[in-house]
Amino acid sequence: MSAKRKSKGVEFIRKTWSNMKVQKIIVIITFLFVPLFLLVLFTYLPFFKMVEFSFYDMGYIGSREWVGLDNYIEVFTRDDCLNALKLSGYYLLGSVVQIAIALLFATILSFKPKGSSFFRAMLYFPSLICGISVGFIFKYFYTHGFVLDSIIQLFGIPLDSIPFWLRDTKINNWVLVISSIWRYMGQNMILFIGAIVSVDTTQYDAAAIDGANAWHRFRYIILPSIKTIVIINMILAISGALSVFEIPYVITNGGFGTSTYFVLMDKLAHLNQKVGIASAMAVVLLTLILIVGITQKLVKKYMDSNYSIISSKKRRKSK
Amino acid sequence: MTKIRRFSLGKIVGQMVQYIFLIIAAFSSLLPIVSCITTAFKSDEEYNSTSVMIPPENWLNFENFKVAWNEANMGRAFLNTFIILIFVLFGNIMLSAMLAYILNRFKFKGNALIRDLFIIASLIPGIATQVTVYQIMSSLHLINTMHGYILLMLGTDVISIYIFIQFFENLPTSLDEAAILDGCSYFGVFFRILLPLLKPAIVTCAIIKGVSTYNEYYMANLYLQDKSLYQVVSTSLYTFTGPMGSQYNYICAGVLITMIPIVLIFILCQKYIYIGLTQGAVKE
Repeated sequence: MSAKRKSKGVEFIRKTWSNMKVQKIIVIITFLFVPLFLLVLFTYLPFFKMVEFSFYDMGYIGSREWVGLDNYIEVFTRDDCLNALKLSGYYLLGSVVQIAIALLFATILSFKPKGSSFFRAMLYFPSLICGISVGFIFKYFYTHGFVLDSIIQLFGIPLDSIPFWLRDTKINNWVLVISSIWRYMGQNMILFIGAIVSVDTTQYDAAAIDGANAWHRFRYIILPSIKTIVIINMILAISGALSVFEIPYVITNGGFGTSTYFVLMDKLAHLNQKVGIASAMAVVLLTLILIVGITQKLVKKYMDSNYSIISSKKRRKSK
Repeated sequence: MTKIRRFSLGKIVGQMVQYIFLIIAAFSSLLPIVSCITTAFKSDEEYNSTSVMIPPENWLNFENFKVAWNEANMGRAFLNTFIILIFVLFGNIMLSAMLAYILNRFKFKGNALIRDLFIIASLIPGIATQVTVYQIMSSLHLINTMHGYILLMLGTDVISIYIFIQFFENLPTSLDEAAILDGCSYFGVFFRILLPLLKPAIVTCAIIKGVSTYNEYYMANLYLQDKSLYQVVSTSLYTFTGPMGSQYNYICAGVLITMIPIVLIFILCQKYIYIGLTQGAVKE
């Protein structure tokens, strides 16, 4: 009697188990199908097609001709391409400044001085504004005789001696970089605040007893604890600097030597219909960005493992 | 005694320096926007004759806003953006939650590979591949259609996937197991048990994805070419580069109109935005 019941139970369990196994496969396939389909259709397929296109002389319509590496050679010999790559340097330097500013305000704000949520909101809000709006706001801000110039005139400097911020090729790229910092600094700041808040606060008290000032606290406690996220943001800044688009697109439309890589690529692809060269440009850029991205992952892994080694060594030493 | 006093004096000076920094930063952050606000309320005549620094005569002069709204066809633009947002948010959240559920709850071959595929995809800036995406869209006859653009925007988003995965990690699997013992299917577990619990993560994702969809310009401009029918908010703004390119009183009014929804969302949901940002970054 009991044996019978037992075998029945076993069968029941086996039945439902196999049933659940089938169901599991079904649920995995149905839930994964659409996201993976979209991922392949709009990210990976275009990526591989682009590699293919980069070897042809072609437009969106009409015949195409195999040209081998000619497009790539052109990317590295065209003045406008090289200039665009050079411009990334400006934005990269800007990102370093941006991260430094973000670190400063993140440190101040994570100790929650009075009004910190107001200041945090003010500094973060620009990140939410549409790139096109940011473009217009700064076009107005910098155009000769408008906002910035009016402020400078308040100090008694005549309009004639103020440079054309957006046309003077010596300064216009720096001016655009500043608006980029204005736009993205808050985002870095919020990330850093998140990291600083999770730093072990008992260390501050211990340091205070040892007579550490605010700078020591930042240099020896905060910075080492959030090193990973700072470095990751620095590395991400490289791909950010390579893919600047909206700000120069709206403010100067790439004129006066401000055409960044994407502004140029957009023009070549959609205005001049030089799909082959634009594809080669994109492949070059993506290769750079992927190298940067993989480095970032490796750095993170290395730092994580290294950190645990160091701390365990320290522990051993202190013993 | 003196030491203590000096210490507290240093503290006060330190705090003053802090606030000076903060005030300068907040000022520079606001200045471009404030100059936009003062200009938006100025009449043509006032705009041409007065300096930017002088506030408008009449703060209730909404004439520029009316002109901007009509010139840029913003009624249509807001309607289209609203439709796009509904479909994109619903679709994106469902897809990301489903994907995160599978990646978090089931161990199978390819789980890690799929995660890597999404991470690598997140490194590729959207604009870079548009040359070929354009070809694919045109061969699928999706150019100049709302559903085409919606489909494109539905696509993957590593941040929302991470936010959901993180959330699933904090929901105990015993919840699923209990439901399954009660005869619930995996679909039931997801839709009836877990999805209702995901509410905070859904709000966070909706805000982040919502803001980025609202602000997206490049693809909207490329794939919704018939501007009289398919104008969206970001592309409607760009019409101001045309004949009205130097009438900044209208442009500023337009910029402010498009900023209103963002300001409201920001005031109401700040907390969720900060959480989403930090969570999305922790895992990246």
